[in-house]
Amino acid sequence: MSTIEETLKQLLELTSKKFHIPFDQLNPEDDFFEKLDINSLQVLELLTQLETHFQIELPDYELQGIKNFGTLAERIHSRLS
Amino acid sequence: MKPFTLDLSSYPSLGEALRTANNKWANHIALIEADRDRENHRLTYSEFNSMALKLAKSLQSSGFKPGQRGAILMSNQSKWLVSAYAIFYCGGILVPLDFKLTPSEHHSLLKHAQSTVLITEYPLWMGLNRSIENEELTRMTIVVTEAPDGEDLKGAQNWKRYLEDKLTQPPQFQPRNREDIACIVYSSGTGGNPKGCLLTHDNYLRQCQSLMSWYPFWPGMRYLSILPTNHAIDFMVGFIGPFICGATVVHLRTLRPEYLRTAFPQYKIAYVSVVPMILNALETNLKLKFSKLSAFQHWILKRLIDINRLLTSNKPRPALSRKLLPKIHEAFGGQLRAFITGGAFANPTTLQFFYDLGIPVVNGYGLTESGTAVTVNDLKPFRSDTVGKPLPGVTIDILEPDQAGIGEIAVKSQTIMKGYLNEPQLTAQTIKNGTLLTGDLGWIDSCGHLHLVGRLKNMIVTSGGKNIYPEDIEANFNDIGVKEFCIFSVNYVWKRHSLKQEKLMIVLRLESNLPFTPLLLKEIRNRNLRLFDFRRVSSYLIWQQDFPRTASLKIKRDLLAESIARNCGPELLTNL
Repeated sequence: MSTIEETLKQLLELTSKKFHIPFDQLNPEDDFFEKLDINSLQVLELLTQLETHFQIELPDYELQGIKNFGTLAERIHSRLS
Repeated sequence: MKPFTLDLSSYPSLGEALRTANNKWANHIALIEADRDRENHRLTYSEFNSMALKLAKSLQSSGFKPGQRGAILMSNQSKWLVSAYAIFYCGGILVPLDFKLTPSEHHSLLKHAQSTVLITEYPLWMGLNRSIENEELTRMTIVVTEAPDGEDLKGAQNWKRYLEDKLTQPPQFQPRNREDIACIVYSSGTGGNPKGCLLTHDNYLRQCQSLMSWYPFWPGMRYLSILPTNHAIDFMVGFIGPFICGATVVHLRTLRPEYLRTAFPQYKIAYVSVVPMILNALETNLKLKFSKLSAFQHWILKRLIDINRLLTSNKPRPALSRKLLPKIHEAFGGQLRAFITGGAFANPTTLQFFYDLGIPVVNGYGLTESGTAVTVNDLKPFRSDTVGKPLPGVTIDILEPDQAGIGEIAVKSQTIMKGYLNEPQLTAQTIKNGTLLTGDLGWIDSCGHLHLVGRLKNMIVTSGGKNIYPEDIEANFNDIGVKEFCIFSVNYVWKRHSLKQEKLMIVLRLESNLPFTPLLLKEIRNRNLRLFDFRRVSSYLIWQQDFPRTASLKIKRDLLAESIARNCGPELLTNL
């Protein structure tokens, strides 16, 4: 079973690759709307990719209010556990 | 089953009307809830009633009394409606909250409304509970849905456990009167202090009756609920209306486009309320599919659309349109009667595009303060250029019209709110002699249709004495290849700027990682030249942040203007 740190690392790596942003410029506390310059529909696209990668399901309603990578990683990790 | 005449005059309250409906339609399906493409459950009216009564009993056991306020903070799902009915059953006042607001805003509204009950979802509860302002929550009964078993909910109740009461004694139905407050609805139109609109049972019952007289529901019809249920439109046409008429409401629990598309054929949807942005996305998707047809197929399709347009020029003929354009209608399930939209500006060409395919878009106009809608397009005939005619029982006046007949829209109707919670001054400014001053500008044409042209505050008067409304001009710049844009009066943004020689500016938010190119500038200039000279935009500003939007995705113009004024001066404007 992976740790939360590993989940966060994978999340940031995937985001870095998809949005062409250097990995070391992404931080857990970053607001991903702001950092990635994306809207709510694009976030849904990102979530679909994350679901495929982690082989989990992230319901839209569970992600209300989540805006930063750290909390998103927590939510993904809770689904992996 | 065919539509029937709806008479709600004998009901003293929403609770009573819903109670009657639950008995009348007991074996019909009230709710279908799906998680993406997997169906979670279906509830008959009888099952819905049974679940709501368990909640009502538990709420009464917790001390929830008639006239107290119960807030709902949830995304669209069955339990939203179950909770609302339970609150009405207890004689409570419903406070529907927007789940897209921040925890801090939720705290502020809960405090303002003085809610004694909160029913919410686990992820939202986690956000609220983490917030430092949670003192307010300690005095409330909080019920949390979707909470994992065994989770410590920090004083809140788990929905499953809370409903375990065996109903040895049923809850007591608490009657309310027409003039009692049914809901406190917070208007998302502006920032600043919360504005809680006090809407009575009478407001809602009258609104329901007039809307259903034009767009009836009946048992077997299905409504797809996408707009948040706390929103006035979905609350009426995604809950009160269909329930009173015995129809079915479908919740998907996702907004991912791929699942929305498949829901239409899967559930044979008859009505769906959407924001213009979704209509635009559907239009783009359809046009993309059309572009992939061979030249001959495209020619045939165009002829069929022309024939449909001709044959439906006086009124919609759904059966005929479905025969002429079967594949398009099959993609929407073959039962879709209309898209319902309102609130935000809908592009007339988009409305016409769908009407020509045989799918009317019912465009309307309303404010939270006026219930749901005051004008709606009656499709007799379809008009893409207006927001429709006043609903039965509504009178619209145009105050101090200018030479073109444009003035502030004033509404007289039994559906107008009692006032704003704890804001007597603001109420007196907004409702004068029983007339609601909307702050919106419009005119009425010879057919009685209302044309909406803008907000009172964001407008300019040219040196030639002509009034120009930025929202009216925005349609001219649609699809210019930017992420979003907005037009302001320069003086509206920088309020201390000169009042002489008022000018218009366009604020551009570019697509991510795309530069402002000479080609884009050329396109903007070309579009600008299409306008009469006195209506042209003088300058542009590149803005680096997403525009603030309401839950229904309308641009929060006031907030955007304030933000621009705070961060830069008019010297940053570049002339076009």
